[in-house]
Amino acid sequence: MIILKNLTLSDGSIQDIRIDAGQIVEIGRIADSGTDCTDLIGLSGFVDPHTHLREPGFEASETVFSGSKAAAAGGYTAICAMANTEPVADNSTVIERVYDAGTEAGLCFVQPIGAVTKGLKGLELANIQDMSRSRAKVAMFSDDGMCVHDENLMRQALLEVKKFGGVVAQHAQEPSLTIGAQMNQGAVATELGLTGWPAIAEEQIIARDAQLAEETGSRLHICHLTTGGGVEVVRWAKAKGIQITAEVTPHHLLLTEDLVRTYDPVYKVNPPLRTADDNRALLAGLVDGTIDMLGTDHAPHSGEKKDCEWENAAFGMLGLESAASILHQVLIQSGAGDWALFENIISKRPAKLAGLNNHGFIKVGDQANITVFNPHERIGVAEMNQSKSNNNPYLGLEFIGRVQHTIYQGQYTMIDQLVRDQK
Amino acid sequence: MKHLISIRDLSRGSAVALLDSAQQLSQVNQRAVKSLPALRGKTVVNLFYENSTRTRISFEIAAKRLSADVINFDAQASSISKGESLKDTAQTLEALGAAAIIVRHPMSGAAHALANRGWVSASIINAGDGRHEHPTQALLDALTIRQLKLSGSDLTGVKVLIVGDLDHSRVARSNILLLSLLGATVSVAGPAELVPEGIAAMGAKVYKSFDEALAEQPDVVMMLRVQLERMQKNEDFTTRDYVKNWSLDQARLGQLGKETVIMHPGPMNRGLEISNQAANDPRSAVLRQVENGLAVRMAVLHRVLSGEVTN
Repeated sequence: MIILKNLTLSDGSIQDIRIDAGQIVEIGRIADSGTDCTDLIGLSGFVDPHTHLREPGFEASETVFSGSKAAAAGGYTAICAMANTEPVADNSTVIERVYDAGTEAGLCFVQPIGAVTKGLKGLELANIQDMSRSRAKVAMFSDDGMCVHDENLMRQALLEVKKFGGVVAQHAQEPSLTIGAQMNQGAVATELGLTGWPAIAEEQIIARDAQLAEETGSRLHICHLTTGGGVEVVRWAKAKGIQITAEVTPHHLLLTEDLVRTYDPVYKVNPPLRTADDNRALLAGLVDGTIDMLGTDHAPHSGEKKDCEWENAAFGMLGLESAASILHQVLIQSGAGDWALFENIISKRPAKLAGLNNHGFIKVGDQANITVFNPHERIGVAEMNQSKSNNNPYLGLEFIGRVQHTIYQGQYTMIDQLVRDQK
Repeated sequence: MKHLISIRDLSRGSAVALLDSAQQLSQVNQRAVKSLPALRGKTVVNLFYENSTRTRISFEIAAKRLSADVINFDAQASSISKGESLKDTAQTLEALGAAAIIVRHPMSGAAHALANRGWVSASIINAGDGRHEHPTQALLDALTIRQLKLSGSDLTGVKVLIVGDLDHSRVARSNILLLSLLGATVSVAGPAELVPEGIAAMGAKVYKSFDEALAEQPDVVMMLRVQLERMQKNEDFTTRDYVKNWSLDQARLGQLGKETVIMHPGPMNRGLEISNQAANDPRSAVLRQVENGLAVRMAVLHRVLSGEVTN
């Protein structure tokens, strides 16, 4: 049994919470003693709609277990694992293998995402129905890393997921406009001599897919929005009543393309870091609800994939352990939003997106998935060390605000900033 | 100065000092015995991942004139074909005693990585990385302009026009940065599809036509080599259109002033970006550029390996 005392919830109320047998059994004033949470914020457990776990296939970079530890350290009680493993998660065998490895690790709920197309090749649909009926009950499908750029295939995928109320999560990148692209297109790319990735390559796919979602009456999710223009397109689509949601990553809220001047591949990510204007437009979109949620795009890479020339380096950066601290900085510390919005962005909306009914609530009778955030204490990058990889772009930075405790299925997976290593 | 990677590494003062040093060293090249003992016992490696006979030879002769031992490492023929990383190759060369590594690489930022990632402690000289920079080319161009325009220690007041395939040109990027650092007014002109977005932010005025730019009476016209080998299939390039609009042909040659300097980094595509007449014109400084390349590379090698300026 766990009792949390004097916890401040996102509505501002101060409560005690009793957890027993995996469930929340009491919220209110509790006479018994427990863990003191004075001045700490209690939120429904964080949910990441966009994680790369690298298992099977690339276990030197991350495993389901190490990624689950990073998730617990970051306050996550559920993570959605992208399909770009080797073999690709385009069938229920691979899906269930990842799902079972998540259950085995037991540090957070691991929800596999199914591939939209076989082998992520963009040529023919994967067996989406089969994956939705698997033990993992997949509701979200994505070729993330690759764009489903063929209109007809994208339309078929939307129709396919509509049969069971699922969603297609699109990596919006028109491939013909981004051949060899290395960083944001513009003056910095020109000076550095690196091939540019233009904003239009993202914006036109979002616009096209929004129209397809409207025409099919299906659900569309946009992965890692990066451009002010992309925010405009999603705003337009939402105003039309199209069923569209969108996510933004912590790094696209905080970092800019100027970091590429170092040619350090730790800053190489796809879609690329953009401009300070884009940072501002993304935050404004997050605050006004155009962007629904934070997705970490946690993308671990072993050392040799980054310790090389920029153009030879892999795309991607770590995100799970720093995400909440960054959201705290850009949303709460800046005064742009409150804890209720914070909880919506990092827990409630992604839980709804992925169909994770046990997540996103702090309610008596519910499974106890709770994250306790300490908005006063500092965290440095050296302390973010649960992942097997160290491609962390926040080197040298320190954030105010860090996760204090993570409770998954009524058990601490992190207590007082220490991750539990075993089940 | 430990490395030379980008013109951004130089101040106006350090750039002028390098030019002065090169000017002094150029006299060595006129002597009967063309060598100095400055770098005796030091090993310099030419690490070339791209074919470039002229730049490699220029660095090789420059190092030899300073009495350094020179090793030419043709990375295309060797380890790269076995999949060895740049890091491992550089560390191997350093283990063999390289004090300086001169690197030419098809990827932008490769020299920067060698200098800054903690792989090796040798001095790194960028001999051209992708589309990024070619700083010794810009220095030799600046020295050439300074000699011919007699404009004092820097290039204040000199109007330079750079024409052609700007997108693929590391020569253009280094020159825009260096010549404007030295006080010159830099303009560029080229076909729209070969003028990269935001190039003006580096310090160049952009003209949409060669003839319009020529009407401004530049003191120097620098023609860039059309890099057909780097063009993607979506860049619809036709020789006929290019020659018509962007070649320094006989008609445009006639518009140049008597003292206008014609430059080209070489190798020239005669008949494409530069006509035979322009290449042979007495105002062409192409061979002087090659000569100055030697002096500039001697100055740079001396600076990075001795830690001092020669003047």
